Amino acid sequence: MKRKDLLGIKDLSKSELNEILQSANAMRETIDRRERLTTLAGKQIATLFFENSTRTRNSFDMAAKKTGAQSTGMSASTSSVQKGETLIDTGKTLDAIGFDAIVIRHPASGAPRVLAENVKASVVNAGDGMNEHPTQALLDVLTAKRHFGDIAGLKIVIVGDIKHSRVARSDVLAFTKLGAEVTVCAPYTLMPVGFDGMGAKVETDFDKAIEGANVVMALRLQLERMDQAYFPSIAEYHKYYGVTSKRMLRAADDAVIMHPAPINRGAEVSGEAADGENSLIYEQPTNGVAVRMAVLDYLLGGAK
Amino acid sequence: MILLKDATVVNADGIKETDVLIDGGIIAKVGDGLDSYGAEVIDCYGKLVFPGFIDMHCHLREPGQTHKEDIASGAAAAIAGGYTAVCCMPNTTPSVDSPELVRYVRERSADVSGAEVYPIGAITRGQGGKELCEFGAMKEAGAVAVSDDGLPVTDGAVMLNALKYANTFGMLVISHSEDKSISGHGVVNDGENATVAGLRGIPRAAESAAVAREVMLAEECGARIHIAHVSTANSIDVIRSAKKRGVRVTCETCPHYFSATDDEILSYNTNAKINPPLRAQADVDAVIAGIVDGTIDAIATDHAPHHRDEKNREFDYAPFGTVGLETAFSVAYTYLVQPEIITLPDLCRLMSAAPAKILGLDGGKIAEGCRADITVVDPDDEYTVDVQTFRSKGKNSLFDGWRLKGRIVRVFVAGEEKVV
Repeated sequence: MKRKDLLGIKDLSKSELNEILQSANAMRETIDRRERLTTLAGKQIATLFFENSTRTRNSFDMAAKKTGAQSTGMSASTSSVQKGETLIDTGKTLDAIGFDAIVIRHPASGAPRVLAENVKASVVNAGDGMNEHPTQALLDVLTAKRHFGDIAGLKIVIVGDIKHSRVARSDVLAFTKLGAEVTVCAPYTLMPVGFDGMGAKVETDFDKAIEGANVVMALRLQLERMDQAYFPSIAEYHKYYGVTSKRMLRAADDAVIMHPAPINRGAEVSGEAADGENSLIYEQPTNGVAVRMAVLDYLLGGAK
Repeated sequence: MILLKDATVVNADGIKETDVLIDGGIIAKVGDGLDSYGAEVIDCYGKLVFPGFIDMHCHLREPGQTHKEDIASGAAAAIAGGYTAVCCMPNTTPSVDSPELVRYVRERSADVSGAEVYPIGAITRGQGGKELCEFGAMKEAGAVAVSDDGLPVTDGAVMLNALKYANTFGMLVISHSEDKSISGHGVVNDGENATVAGLRGIPRAAESAAVAREVMLAEECGARIHIAHVSTANSIDVIRSAKKRGVRVTCETCPHYFSATDDEILSYNTNAKINPPLRAQADVDAVIAGIVDGTIDAIATDHAPHHRDEKNREFDYAPFGTVGLETAFSVAYTYLVQPEIITLPDLCRLMSAAPAKILGLDGGKIAEGCRADITVVDPDDEYTVDVQTFRSKGKNSLFDGWRLKGRIVRVFVAGEEKVV
């Protein structure tokens, strides 16, 4: 059975993950060759965003264009949602209008699943609450894979606001499924219980966690999701958990820096480190388009 | 007159195969081989005859939220679940915080055919946590206890005074023990499953720390306190040690805290969104241990009906609660009695005798001269829960689709048979 929706990395088998990555790598090559595909010509894609986003939304729009599909943006502030329409009703309306896929970003974890269970269209999770951001994880994996050749055996450290991060969850699931060794690092206030159960190592001392790492992934401090005193100051946070050029010396010789963006320079990553030659931060968005092309193709493309 | 013939009569102090004669709303006789004297004879061979169950904690939503439930549908659902009396929480619109509103609930109860409905009044006006309600007049109007339930009294001094003032009138204070500053915006138990699902966690200390405060306040002034729906090992430990010191504390748990874990939330099933939240296995084990050693006095439902549209949405935005009146007995029977964790008399104590004693209500016992509140159960009937068959307006059941054993077949309230 072909998969209708992409709701999270937790639903994907290793072989599905590899299939999408392989396709994404091919898509990346078409981007580099400045080709335009027509594989999804005639497909209609709605991007339904209940949270602000520029990167992810533009990336999906671009992915749709490059595969020949058309995308229509709807934002919660201008749509019927403001008039009190429920998510399920919005979804059913988009179904009836004739969209083939709905790309959704939503502040409530599990919202894409509620939508998927109630619509015929394919649903792509573009980030739900603190749950998952599967296309971000796919692009992170693709970026590491293209740089290192293989994911298995890589040492990856993810540092930052693990608690509120859907990227951390999806990344841990994706990288560990492919055989990488993932360490998550944060002060206990930003480290929920249970990441060890998901296959990651848990470490609160960043200087230890970064030791020998091949990939150092800094997460954005999600100040908008923080309703309590999780740490006393940006300065103290940066001192103990900031990715700096000096700290990178503890990582492996071939170590790279990644970040899902947007970056808070001087908080989770220093400007110098972000712009350094071992930074893949500006490689990630291109791979983001490739991954989203592959995902749309995976869900909407013809018989394989 | 009705004669229950060859019944297996279950009381808190034991089981007996015998006959029960009901006459004029009273249990006239209990004994072997009773003559029918023209009574309607009901063959109860193989059936369990319990004193009617008494639910210490439910939400009937009237006045003001009758799209979720009302006293008529709630009282009917109670009967379907074998309850002859239920106590409804005051968090309605408006809150039941005056003698007039207490009387309103009692009058509505008299108007409908179903279980007896006893109101629990609010502790503070509008459940606002500041001014005490008129406990004396509310008691005279028929309130069996006071509680601010889901909006627990935050201010410790107000709670201490509430306990003292309630003690003056012999009024029971029931506490939904939750420190909302600790639970914050949490929607599920804080733990591995919350992390995996990306849902905000409610730390267990939000409950246990509040239980500790309530117990200390009650101890301070010598008043009685009843802790609602305990769900954590630490809450139970606090209550256990308080009881040893002689503190006048009692407590209840609910069927979902000994039959389900927070694994249920991994599918974002909003019927598993309950407050206090479903916990992990260690707490479920502690709840069961608390039931076995008697620390937990009663099983209540915390029946919390909601409209379908309120539950069928994003997990974060759905309201807390599961309905429970129509499944409580079967869940308890299936998860506690069948695996021989407790006996039938224990179950009778937890669901009938202890609630009657704690609330000072008639019932809780099958004996000559007692009010004929009686529930007849077929212990061998196994069935699959189907919410569409519920009498409650609320179809939001955690137990929908569960396979359970032990079915309610007949219920008598003051000797009058009700429609199961």
